[in-house]
Amino acid sequence: MIRLNAITRTFHMGDQVVHALNDINLVITSGEYVSIMGPSGSGKSTLLNIIGLLDRPDSGRYELDGRLVTDLPEIEQARIRREKIGFVFQSFHLVPRLTAAENIELPLILSGVPQEQRQIRVDEALQAFELKQRAQHRPAELSGGQRQRVAIARATIMRPSVILADEPTGNLDHQIGAEVMTLLENLHHSGTTLIIVTHDRELGARAHRQIAMRDGKILTDQSDDTR
Amino acid sequence: MTLADTLQTSFRTVLSYRIRSLLIVLAMALGVASVVVLTALGDGARNYVINQFSSIGTNLLVVLPGRAETSGSFLGAVLGQTPRDLTLKDAQLLGRLPQVRRYAPLNVGAAELSAVNRLREVTVLGSNADLIPVRHMQLAQGSFLAHGTERNAQIVLGAKIAREFFPRSQAIGQRVRLGDSRFIVSGVLASQGESMGFNTDEIVIIPIDYAQQMFNTTSLFRILIEAKSHNDIEPAKRAILAALKQSHDGEEDVTVITQDAILATFDRILHTMTLAVAGIAAVSLIVAGILVMNVMLVAVNQRTAEIGLLKAIGATSSDIRRLFFAEAVWLSFAGAVFGSLLGQLGSLMLRLAYPQLPAWAPVWASIAGVLVALITGIAACLWPANQAARLDAVQALSKR
Ligand SMILES: Nc1ncnc2c1ncn2[C@@H]1O[C@H](COP(=O)(O)OP(=O)(O)O)[C@@H](O)[C@H]1O
Ligand SMILES: [Mg+2]
Repeated sequence: MIRLNAITRTFHMGDQVVHALNDINLVITSGEYVSIMGPSGSGKSTLLNIIGLLDRPDSGRYELDGRLVTDLPEIEQARIRREKIGFVFQSFHLVPRLTAAENIELPLILSGVPQEQRQIRVDEALQAFELKQRAQHRPAELSGGQRQRVAIARATIMRPSVILADEPTGNLDHQIGAEVMTLLENLHHSGTTLIIVTHDRELGARAHRQIAMRDGKILTDQSDDTR
Repeated sequence: MTLADTLQTSFRTVLSYRIRSLLIVLAMALGVASVVVLTALGDGARNYVINQFSSIGTNLLVVLPGRAETSGSFLGAVLGQTPRDLTLKDAQLLGRLPQVRRYAPLNVGAAELSAVNRLREVTVLGSNADLIPVRHMQLAQGSFLAHGTERNAQIVLGAKIAREFFPRSQAIGQRVRLGDSRFIVSGVLASQGESMGFNTDEIVIIPIDYAQQMFNTTSLFRILIEAKSHNDIEPAKRAILAALKQSHDGEEDVTVITQDAILATFDRILHTMTLAVAGIAAVSLIVAGILVMNVMLVAVNQRTAEIGLLKAIGATSSDIRRLFFAEAVWLSFAGAVFGSLLGQLGSLMLRLAYPQLPAWAPVWASIAGVLVALITGIAACLWPANQAARLDAVQALSKR
């Protein structure tokens, strides 16, 4: 359960003030599938970063699973990112010198999971995302679709309750993008909250709830049943 | 993140940047190795000098005419002139002091040695029977000047002289002429080679009385004294000074050098020198440290997106700091270990090239070299690691 209350985030560029998020109020319940759309610069990424505790709002309250997380110390926020949140990025963000398996293993290492368990869980993930043949390949030797599969495997290896995907198909062609969306939607089907930022209307329409943003504000917020 | 995982992860990072890591390790290793080799050289030189000094006698005191300008400096006495003479009577007086085990008076001169149909100029030492034990000399054949027979016309030849004059026949018992006097060869010195700038292979030794007669002098060049024990050296020195002051009408006109004091001076000088070269070598370690800092700063810059990613998947700032820190520890550690081995190898080669030089790096130097490498490497990484830890996750992620 994500509850945002009067969240603002302002950036100062010289003497220019950018209201990246302007009084955002939003509640997303567990297991929802939400798409966020809007023109470039409308604040979608900033919103996702704040939900993912990568960024702090200038004002407002953020409750995650009933707990006020806005002012938690850095270590606590890192722990929540580790345990509850999975990020998927447009540019994959794989560590180039590590193999696919090692990239997937990273969150487990950060969480201090013992070596033997890591092995088992990475194997399972490689299996689930059909990456078994590519386990020992480095990102440079993988296709875009494979890279994003590795990234999704990494984002889900800790079994987070929320997946935040910022234009996950932005660097992929249409067909591969659709496959990646299917993978993410499968995660939603198994109960994970899924929040996807996209500017592809067609992909955005697949979500059960669609939020449109502009100039740091929520323009519309539609759910399938109310449409 | 567990410590083991941190170390393992950063170890893999070090391995994956192969050339970069190799260069840093090499720079570190060369620094450590130069500390080890240079201190081995310095300490080897020190031990070489100490060995040389010990080989000329133990508990040795040297009495020479003339007063040192400043107390403690023997140079003044060595260079200074116009003192009152030291005589054989003085030497005998000193021989009776309770702290003195034995003494050997010494006169030095040059004369022509001839035998059979050979002739050459040689350095002549005039002394007594105790010169052998006092000066740690060794005989190869025959006997040395006998006790109480100073008036016998005996001569002891240096090894090389004996070989030159009597290449085929036995030297002992041969008649030789030295200057205007005739002598019978009673012994031949064992070959010792150069020792403290004095080649005993090319000297001849005759009784002191003959030497004084030959050089027409009653004064002595030196009196060599052997104290009864190490603890007697200082009392002996005081007793000698007092005894000679009394017999020289209350004038303090001699200098007593103890082997210990000279040794201590050399020891101090060479030890300081060793420290100095070690310090210079350590500077190269600081340079290596700066190299590590630079490389780590570049690494932080290069891996900014990676740092952002690590934070996004839940790394804390201290996880990041520790990862970079561990990387520097590995690099410095490898450099220190590799450098120590290299240094030992270098010292070994020194010893092989110069067998008389005991070029062993002192333990303190090896330990200090390794510690300085580790400390500079780690210190050099504190700042870059902190920079990495403080990166803003969102901005780091957006960097390409
Ligand atoms: N670190 C930053 N510094 C300054 N301005 C920023 C920063 N991050 C985002 N912005 C500004 O905030 C606004 C929203 O950005 P963003 O959330 O990335 O938009 P979107 O993801 O919808 O394209 C934009 O105008 C952008 O220029
Ligand atoms: Mg964006």
